[in-house]
Amino acid sequence: MKLRDSPAAKIGASIAIATGLYGVSFGALSAASGMTFWQTMVLSLLLFSGGSQFAFIGVVAAGGTGLAAMSASALLGIRNGVYGMQLNALLRPTGWRRFAAAHVTIDESTATATGQSDPDEQKRGFWVAGVGVFILWNIMTAVGAAIGDALGDPKQWGLDGAAVAAFLGLLWPRIKALQPAAIAIVCAVVTLLVVPFVPPGVPILVAALVAALIGWFRRDTAPDHAPGHIGDGLEPDVDPYQRPAHSHQAGTTREEETP
Amino acid sequence: MNMWLWILLVAAVAYATKLLGYLVPAKVLANPRMSRVAGTLTIGLLASLTVVNAAAAGTGVVIDARLGALVAAAIALWFKAPFLVVVLAGAAAAAGLRLLGWA
Repeated sequence: MKLRDSPAAKIGASIAIATGLYGVSFGALSAASGMTFWQTMVLSLLLFSGGSQFAFIGVVAAGGTGLAAMSASALLGIRNGVYGMQLNALLRPTGWRRFAAAHVTIDESTATATGQSDPDEQKRGFWVAGVGVFILWNIMTAVGAAIGDALGDPKQWGLDGAAVAAFLGLLWPRIKALQPAAIAIVCAVVTLLVVPFVPPGVPILVAALVAALIGWFRRDTAPDHAPGHIGDGLEPDVDPYQRPAHSHQAGTTREEETP
Repeated sequence: MNMWLWILLVAAVAYATKLLGYLVPAKVLANPRMSRVAGTLTIGLLASLTVVNAAAAGTGVVIDARLGALVAAAIALWFKAPFLVVVLAGAAAAAGLRLLGWA
């Protein structure tokens, strides 16, 4: 099958465009947090995981140390390791492909691949989404960093408010049930309680510890679930199949076919 | 320590984490506790980052224009706005509130 005829590749491409575009907000916020243009670019090129990148600059912007920023960012990246295990079982990449696949293992490529049932389609979806996001995310990061540098005072443009919105936007899709909502609230309250007593950046790590303990000691409600599909934050934060699947199925009945 | 060092270090750690997923034996995959911790960690960190950026100023908790940004973002998300619109709503709310003198 040609790539242009593949449904998974099409979905991968559309998710790449949607996600790549918001690289502009990372670039601008990274510049506002005090990163140089090339520091911002290296974060997008080498760290390449939206949540971890936002976490790193978020801690720096809050006045945290490099160590605190690195810790928060690395902890947020743990889920990518779990995605890697799932994808390795699905795609079985070999040789150099394994190392390339690891780099583009992110929410978007994982969601696109795991939403397909045919192994070839899983591969196409993964690579198109992963490589597509990588290219567009980096281009838009550069655009955003240039804009951020040109804006001057970040507060005047509400860029600190944009950062708040970005984090809530990353959290929101993961809150699909009562339990994740409760975990989010507990961690938010713990954060606010410890802010006055520890150096900036550290409250985030305290909240991470609390979250990890909750995960560790919580009883498993569904023991036979597939890892990563337990509805408590380990599903990728995007669902590329929500709309496309709907329009495919409803194509004949609901959608008006314009002549 | 130099910011560049932390950036390169975190990039290396993040890549190693991803790669580890491809290299560990499938047996580890069957451990649900690890997936659970990775899931709750993700939620806890993002929730904490949200409130730190909304209400922390150094070692103080303050109410300022950023709280308006949080509310605006929540409203945008409630109406299923795309990510970029959510971010712009947050920026507009914070900038607007400051313009009105509510810093």
